Amino acid sequence: MPANMPPSALLDVRNLRVSFPARGQMIPIVDGVSFTLNHQDILGLVGESGSGKSVTALALMGLIDAPGVQVTGSVCFRDQELVGMPQKKLRHLRGKEIAMIFQDPMTAFTPVYTIGWQIDEQIRAHERVSRQQARARTVKLLGDMGVPDPERTANRYPHQLSGGLRQRAMIAMALSCNPSLLIADEPTTALDVTVQAQILELIRSLRDTHHSSILLITHDMGVVAETCDNTMVLYSGRVAEYGPTSALFASPSHPYTAGLLASIPPLDGPRPLRLPAIAGAPPLPQNRPAGCAFSPRCPYAHTACTTALPPYIATGPDHFAACVLPQEGTPLPTRIRNELVQESPQP
Amino acid sequence: MKTSGKSAPILDVCDLYKTYRLPRRQELKAVDGVSFSVMPGEVLGIVGESGCGKSTLGRCLLKLTPATSGQVLFEGRDITHLPERTLRPLRQRMQMVFQDSYASLNPRRRIGDLLAEPLKVHPDAQGHKRSSAAIATRLQELMELVSLPTTALARYPHEFSGGQRQRINIARAIALSPQLIVADEPVSALDVSVQAQIINLFADLQKQLGLTYIFIAHDLAVVRQISNRVAVMYLGRIVEIGDADAVLHTPAHPYTAALTAAIPRPVTGLARPVPLQGDVPSPINRPSGCRFHTRCPYMQTRCQEEDPILHPIDDSGHEVACHFPLSPVASATHCNG
Repeated sequence: MPANMPPSALLDVRNLRVSFPARGQMIPIVDGVSFTLNHQDILGLVGESGSGKSVTALALMGLIDAPGVQVTGSVCFRDQELVGMPQKKLRHLRGKEIAMIFQDPMTAFTPVYTIGWQIDEQIRAHERVSRQQARARTVKLLGDMGVPDPERTANRYPHQLSGGLRQRAMIAMALSCNPSLLIADEPTTALDVTVQAQILELIRSLRDTHHSSILLITHDMGVVAETCDNTMVLYSGRVAEYGPTSALFASPSHPYTAGLLASIPPLDGPRPLRLPAIAGAPPLPQNRPAGCAFSPRCPYAHTACTTALPPYIATGPDHFAACVLPQEGTPLPTRIRNELVQESPQP
Repeated sequence: MKTSGKSAPILDVCDLYKTYRLPRRQELKAVDGVSFSVMPGEVLGIVGESGCGKSTLGRCLLKLTPATSGQVLFEGRDITHLPERTLRPLRQRMQMVFQDSYASLNPRRRIGDLLAEPLKVHPDAQGHKRSSAAIATRLQELMELVSLPTTALARYPHEFSGGQRQRINIARAIALSPQLIVADEPVSALDVSVQAQIINLFADLQKQLGLTYIFIAHDLAVVRQISNRVAVMYLGRIVEIGDADAVLHTPAHPYTAALTAAIPRPVTGLARPVPLQGDVPSPINRPSGCRFHTRCPYMQTRCQEEDPILHPIDDSGHEVACHFPLSPVASATHCNG
């Protein structure tokens, strides 16, 4: 489908749709998601639970094998079409070219083998190296990821490590074949804040040390603001807004992004008496309303929102929103909590 | 720790310990000498990382888990040694809200039945058994208080979203008009937009019904939004306690400073602080001296030997357990990276 893909894009996703069968109907959980990820870029994928973030990631990896699932659209990775690629070919890419880190490193590792054994196995599955060579690389990787005493840690079982160390080992495993794309699905959600800060710093550094592009999936707007170059906000399986992180956070163009940012209790500055919460809850994919999926909760909703899908239009350089407001000439007020921005020291 | 004044504290905790025996004669001190008091109508937030003992403390306060030693005085009465039968009338005055809104509701019972149960078990203020008409009226009131439609009473827990289920749990907790509610991570399983609704509901009910909360959470921003005072726990002990904004904006304990600095702000362009190194040590063999010294950037020899006790640093009730507390200026710069 995409004929003129810019040469810098590593991953180009066009109109990705993932539908699950339920009660004789096909229900699009991910409904027409498009985005590009450039080389050495960190893209944040944010949204609430059920917004389709993880399904998007699994679809990119070709990891959805539930019976009857339909994946349509196009996922172009280094000029190769991943949608419809046979599993045998995909297996060469997975782990080598595209690697994934999951939220829970305890369940992602096999509990019956040592950490080192599992990383060795991944290296030996993709490259013809001896056990000793593989182990040497494993130990070096673990060391690079900040694991203390990597030689001994490699001989330990997953349950013997702390959550932070397990996540470091997971990242080491993901990087073992120098993938050009790393998909991290909620990599720090299960960790405490002080450990989260360490892991986020490690993930940021991978761009320089391993020249990786990273797709970071999270529900935490704070994590995105600290880590990502670009941000994509998903709502009910559709892209609500996409833009450079700083622009998106400073002046969100979609009412959902604005509402999401406003409803986070502030840690600095004065305390609001009440939090400006978004009323209601996201719709279930099977009862998505006609028109904009956010319209039942949106304070700016009017007839244009409930009749047709909102246009996906540019609201700034490389900044897009799926909303009728910018087109109608009524942009959103800039960030509600401006005092937060003012208080922050200049970097 | 006793607060003097005209009103007495609703909850007074003195030197509370909870030790779990483990195989091979090991001991896990989940709560390791905690003392604090809470005044009626106050909201005390308890924050800390996983394994710091905040949930165990919450359960010990209501005697859902028996404490190993120490006292919990509820309205001046020691409840730690009361037999369950004597404790039961007091139970209606202290309630709990848990994190997992689904696990706390029996999936096979309708919401109306779930909420009616405490009203059937406990007699009303005059000591009479409640009539079914009185129960029905109370259920209507409760639904209104937590902003759910009355039709919800005839439905089952699985028919609700996480936020709505947490509203039901809150309705059940306030059914018997308690004075004290211990909420253990009540919003951490919810999405931010829904989380804000539930935090607002907690705040509204607190004002409307004059409730006292012990609000346990790992999210400092959530705790600050709702609390008057905040206690920071590390490895079973309170390391800092005081006015919410004072503790979070001018922390005196290096751990509080590191914790507030490590939280990612939803704002771009901030300078990133140096993250704290290492993991929380195991509570089974916690470090000697100050329990934070293994990760503390200001550690000195005294910290390795002597366990600091909680002491006031000003007259506003701000207390810290540190030999070398940060000065307000130093901590403010630390926090801003």
